[in-house]
Amino acid sequence: MRTAQLLEIRNIEKRFGGLTALADVSLTIRQGEIYGLIGPNGAGKTTLFNVLTGLYVPDRGEFEFDGANLVGLKPYRVAESGIARTFQNIRLFGNMSAMENVMVGRHVRTRAGAIGAILRTRRTRDEEAAIRSRSRELLAYVGISQHAGALSRNLSYGDQRRLEIARALATEPKLLALDEPAAGMNATETAELRRLLEKIRSDGVTILLIEHDVKLVMGLCDRVAVLDYGRKIAEGKPAQVQKDPEVIRAYLGGALP
Amino acid sequence: MTGWIARLEQLRTHQAAPWLGVALIVLTLFILPFVLASVGTAWVRITNLAILFALLSLGLNIVVGFAGLLDLGYIAFYAVGAYCYALLASPHFGLHLPFWIILPIGAAVACVFGVLLGAPTLKLRGDYLAIVTLGFGEIVRVFLNNLSQPVNITNGPQGVTLIDPFRIGKIDFSRTDDLFGLAFSGPIKYYYLLLAVLVVAIVINLRQQNSRLGRAWVAIREDEVAAQAMGINTRNVKLLAFAMGASFGGVAGGIFAATQGFISPESFVFVESIMVLSMVVLGGMGNVWGVVLGAILLSFVPEILRYTVEPAQKAVFGRLLIEPEVIRMLLFGLALVLMMLYRPAGLWPSSRRKRELSETDQS
Repeated sequence: MRTAQLLEIRNIEKRFGGLTALADVSLTIRQGEIYGLIGPNGAGKTTLFNVLTGLYVPDRGEFEFDGANLVGLKPYRVAESGIARTFQNIRLFGNMSAMENVMVGRHVRTRAGAIGAILRTRRTRDEEAAIRSRSRELLAYVGISQHAGALSRNLSYGDQRRLEIARALATEPKLLALDEPAAGMNATETAELRRLLEKIRSDGVTILLIEHDVKLVMGLCDRVAVLDYGRKIAEGKPAQVQKDPEVIRAYLGGALP
Repeated sequence: MTGWIARLEQLRTHQAAPWLGVALIVLTLFILPFVLASVGTAWVRITNLAILFALLSLGLNIVVGFAGLLDLGYIAFYAVGAYCYALLASPHFGLHLPFWIILPIGAAVACVFGVLLGAPTLKLRGDYLAIVTLGFGEIVRVFLNNLSQPVNITNGPQGVTLIDPFRIGKIDFSRTDDLFGLAFSGPIKYYYLLLAVLVVAIVINLRQQNSRLGRAWVAIREDEVAAQAMGINTRNVKLLAFAMGASFGGVAGGIFAATQGFISPESFVFVESIMVLSMVVLGGMGNVWGVVLGAILLSFVPEILRYTVEPAQKAVFGRLLIEPEVIRMLLFGLALVLMMLYRPAGLWPSSRRKRELSETDQS
């Protein structure tokens, strides 16, 4: 089955001083798939995320997302064009309630400005009501409605991860980029997360997933790319990649018996 | 006795109770200046100054309380507003524009200065931002002090004198008018005007707080990187915080110049910035009512001390042992220390801050 490509990453290179974090990485993500990005620690997965979402500017290479070139855009422009992300070390707005966190996510799809808020115009009030109802829906969608009013930093670890996903979904992304969403989760939480991600995909959002949990990646992803020392060493269906000798070498070390 | 309590309770829960409360507050605020004037006109002036500081605190609250950008040079915007008014409504340039034209100009110019301060400091946070804003405040004051040469713009340290009072039609804010058998003196007229401006400022603050923009400010305060990733244009939103905060200062400065009739760079020293910041922090950073309370307390308590400490000492010791000014600063420092120890979120904290400090961290 051939589906339209959503994101094409071409020959991305990113160096930090003498360290080459990403060397000539190219990959293509298709509409509606769950694409896994794996690799040992320090392989450059998060760097690729940061380059993709505009936090870093690549030294070379291009991104084509949904027909537009994203390289050099500021993070907020990237979010506007339809890529939302979560962070490896959760970055919620700790002193805002769960509800408010999601409401912030609606920022990019809403318009109300300072004057509208001061005069409390009809449009502003309607928009504010829409923000509230959509945020409530999203909290229910990820299954943390009961914590809507709690400060996000007081949520449990798993709920924080869910809230981050809800906040990212609030920006109405075409591509949801998740940086180790299952990190620190127990088996039950991981299983729930997997169901959530499948639900998100079936609702039409493409997912790019960095993950260490091999079982999760193998069971969930349609295709997987493996990074090692900033290079892509394999790409394909999870079952193929798993058998790739290069991948085994990267994970288990040099010489095989 | 119990009958009384029951009846009070009945009154409190009556559906008209909120309106009755509002009516009482409005009535109190309306007759307040006449009560104060009967004690002494000085108290009306002190009240006016308190309202001016409340305006400043509300402006600074947007920058510090909402957006979390520590600004130690806020008084510069007050100065900009004051000088705008003074230069456009005094014999200095021979200009005498009406106040309703100058106040918006002052607000706009202060906005521009807000952006001037904000633009180069976008990447700075915390201590670094504080130091730059401190420098900014000083630079503005030094400019005001020295812009008398080669072209005399600000009249240097001598300041600008004979500034026009407000005039609405035939009502002159520097004279006393008799209306309905009541003597409306200059300060009393300014009081009502200031009160109106304060109400507008409070409404603006409250409405911003619970808006898309208000949330964006808090989000930036909490985590700038995440805010960007959520699609917030942090540059514009921060500049908007600086500009909006500054405009409050600009308006307050204009009114200050008119009430005083004379301004000089002396009025806009660093300590004033700290005073406004203390009002915001002491009252309850981020909470509009707390900030207003902080401003009123910190404006009034020193004045009350001024009028009580001296007679009290003379009555007890027969002579003046400690200058009121010394006691004032001593108590002020003590109050700040005690506040930070026992009520770190302020006298009247915002619900958010209260939660921040009371709930324990579970993660």
